Amino acid sequence: MKQLLLGNAAVARGLYEAGCRFVSAYPGTPSTEISEQAALYDEIYAEWAPNEKVAMEAAIGAAFGGARSFCGMKHVGLNVAADPLFTASYTGVNAGMVICVADDPGMHSSQNEQDSRHYAEAAKLPMVEPSDSAECLEFTKTAYEISEQFDVPVILRSCTRVAHSQSLVELSDRVEHELKPFEKNPRKYVMMPGNAIGRHVVVEDRQARLREYAETTPLNRVEMGDTSVGFITSGTSYQYLREVFPNASILKLGMVYPLPVQLIKDFASKVGKLIVCEELDPFIENHCRAIGVRVDGGKDIFGLQGELSQSRIAERMGLSAKPSVEFGENVPARPPVLCPGCPHRGVFYALHKLGVTVFGDIGCYTLGALPPLGAVDTTVCMGASISGMHGFNTARGAESAKNTVSVIGDSTFAHSGITSLIDLVYNNGSSTAIILDNSITGMTGHQQNPTTGKTLKGDPAPAVNIEKLCEAIGVKHDNIRVCDPYALKEFEQIVREELAKPEPSVIIARRPCALLPEVKPLPPLVVDSDKCVGCKMCMRIGCPAISVTDGKAAIDPTLCVGCDLCIQMCRPGAIGKNQEV
Amino acid sequence: MSETKSIMIVGVGGQGTLLASRILGSALMSYGHDVKLSEVHGMSQRGGSVVTYVKYGDKVYSPLVDRGEADYILSFERLEAARWLGWLKKGGELIVNDQRINPMPVITGAASYPDGILEKIKALGVNMVSADALSLALEAGSSKAVNVVLIGILASIMDLPEDVWMKAIEDNVKPRFVEMNKKAFALGYAKGKSRS
Repeated sequence: MKQLLLGNAAVARGLYEAGCRFVSAYPGTPSTEISEQAALYDEIYAEWAPNEKVAMEAAIGAAFGGARSFCGMKHVGLNVAADPLFTASYTGVNAGMVICVADDPGMHSSQNEQDSRHYAEAAKLPMVEPSDSAECLEFTKTAYEISEQFDVPVILRSCTRVAHSQSLVELSDRVEHELKPFEKNPRKYVMMPGNAIGRHVVVEDRQARLREYAETTPLNRVEMGDTSVGFITSGTSYQYLREVFPNASILKLGMVYPLPVQLIKDFASKVGKLIVCEELDPFIENHCRAIGVRVDGGKDIFGLQGELSQSRIAERMGLSAKPSVEFGENVPARPPVLCPGCPHRGVFYALHKLGVTVFGDIGCYTLGALPPLGAVDTTVCMGASISGMHGFNTARGAESAKNTVSVIGDSTFAHSGITSLIDLVYNNGSSTAIILDNSITGMTGHQQNPTTGKTLKGDPAPAVNIEKLCEAIGVKHDNIRVCDPYALKEFEQIVREELAKPEPSVIIARRPCALLPEVKPLPPLVVDSDKCVGCKMCMRIGCPAISVTDGKAAIDPTLCVGCDLCIQMCRPGAIGKNQEV
Repeated sequence: MSETKSIMIVGVGGQGTLLASRILGSALMSYGHDVKLSEVHGMSQRGGSVVTYVKYGDKVYSPLVDRGEADYILSFERLEAARWLGWLKKGGELIVNDQRINPMPVITGAASYPDGILEKIKALGVNMVSADALSLALEAGSSKAVNVVLIGILASIMDLPEDVWMKAIEDNVKPRFVEMNKKAFALGYAKGKSRS
C-alpha cells in the first residue's frame, strides 16, 4: 500500500519495519517527528531524553542489550552527543543501532549550518543519505543490516527538505528481531586504554571492509544518460539535479561515508566533464580529488552556503531563469514573532525596560532578540545562557552581575542548563538566571520534557522540581523566586531585587505556553477609541494582535487571546475586556 | 507523460497552511498522481512568512517550487501574495484571501504596508481570484476554516472530481469538524465558480 509520508514519518516507519525496539531522542527541528511518529507504534519503546548525549548513550545501551535501537537529533544535537558517538565506534554494537542526524542547510530553524558528514569521517562510522521519503524508509532498514553486518552504529543523514517533505512510500510488515543475548566482553565494551587500543585495530579493519562494501552496495546507483557531463551527487541534491537534467548521467551516492573509489573512477572515465553537486561542504568533491579523479566543477559552481534547488542549479549551470512577474515594490519582511499571549513577552519587555544585558538560549524565546523587544544580547547553543553569563560577569566584575541576566526555557534548562547553573553556584558567582518555565518544549512544536510530568508516549511521569533542584545545587532558598510573567510590575521588581543581591539567584517565570490545548484563550480585548490617546505604549510589547491606525490602537479579535499584558501597558485605561469598555 | 504541476501555499504562521497542503496532497494522491509536499516547521511557524509546496504529475523529483514555476499560488494574506508573486508561472493563477495581517516591522513603524496590493497585482495582468475567505469561514462556522475555503476556490479551477476532495477533507480533519469544513469548501467552491 502506498502512503504519502513525511520523510521523518518514513524513517519512523523504517524503524518499525526493521524491528527496532528502542528509540531515544531530544527534539530538534528538522528531526523531531521521527521520534513522535515512532512513539505511535506499540512495538517500539520511545522516549524523550533530556539531551542528545543521553539519548545516544541510552540507544547504545539498548543495542548492547540486544535490541535494535535508534536515536535521532538535529545537526547541532550531534555535537552534544559527539562524546559517546566516537567511542561507540570502538565498542561497536550488539544488535543494530541507527543514529539519525538532520542537517539544516539554509538554516530554516538553526543557529549554524554545519555539515554533519564530517562526523562520519571523524568517528569512522558509515553514513547513508536518503533523498526522499521512500529512501528514508528503505535506507533505515538497510542501515540496520549494515550495523549488524559490520558491528557498528550507522548514521542516517537527513536534511530539512528530506525530513519535512512528503512523498509516496510503499509500506511493508514489521520483521521482529529477537532480543540478542548480552555476553560479557570487556575487551569490546570496556573502553579503557588497554582495550581501546585493541578496538582501534578493529575499527581500522572495519573501515577497510566498509570501503569494499561501498563499491558494490545498491545504495550507490549509476544512472547513465547523456555522457557529455556526469554528475556525482547525493540526497536532496539528486532530486533537484534530476529535475533540471532529466537525461544526464548521474552517480547517486546513497552511502556518503565511506565513499567508493573504483565506482567513482569508473563513472568519471565514462563521462566528459565531471561535476560534483552537493550542499554545504565539498565532502564528495574532496574525496574525488584525493583519489585522483579530475573534478571539472563543484563548490566553484554551487558555493558553500545555503540550500540548493532546481533553479539554483540551473542558474549556476548557465541555464536561463524562468520568466516571472514581479510585484515591483518593497515588500516588508515578516519575521517570526512571539505568539499573542506568549508568556515570554512580558519578561522581555521588562528586561528591555531595565536595560540589562541578556544572555539568551535556544528556544522560542530567542525571538526576544527581535524588535521591538530587542532584549536578547547573545545566543550560542543549548545551555550557554547561564554559563556564558557566568563567564561574562566573572570577566567584567561585580558591577556586571548587577546588570546582566540569562534566560533559558524549562526544556533547555533540563537539556544542559543544570550543569551551567552548577558552574555559576559552585564557583561563587553572583549572577541571576531566569528560567522561562512554559511547561513544554515550545519551538519544536510541543514536546514533553523531564519538567512536564509526562513522557513521549503520554504516560504520567515524575516531574523535575526546578525549585528544589536549584536549591540542591546551592542557590539559597530566598534567592529562588517563582512568579507569573503576566504580572509585569511584580516580575520587574523581582528582577531588580535579585540583581541587587551579591549571590546567585534563580527567577522562575512560570506560565504555560499559550498554544497548549489546555490553555483556553480568554475573550479578545477591545480598545475604547475615545480613551485611546495614541501614545503607542501598547505597541512596545510587540504583540502581533495590536496595531495603530489613524492614531488609535486596535486589537485583532482573531489573534488576541486576552492575556491582558497590553492592559497593564495602557496608562489611559483604554484597553479592556469587552463588557467593561 | 503529463507535466509536473506546482502549487504554492503561502501565508502567515498559524493560519493553517499545513492542513491546506495536506488536504491538497491527499486529494492529488488518491487521484493517482505522484505527489511531493514540502512543509515548514520550527521557528518560521511562529507568525512568520510561511510557504509550503505541493507538486504533482507522473513523476515528481524536486519537492521545491522556484521563481516562475507555480501553476497556482494560494495566498492566505495580501502582503504574502505580493511577496511570492514572482514564483507564479506565466499564465498561472493566483488565489488571494483578502485579509491584512501586519508584520512586526509594520507594527513597530519600521516599514509600511503597501496600499492597493490586489489592484496592483491585477494591473500586472495576473490571473487572480480574491475572496474574503475569513467571512466565508465564519459563515461556515469557524475562523479556522479559512484554509479550506481557499482550497474550495482552488478546487473550482482544478480538474479533480468532487468526491476526491470530500474524501481528502474526511481523511485530514477531526471527525467533529468534517461537516463544518465541507461547508467551508462548498462556500469557497461557489465563490471560485461565480467569477468564471
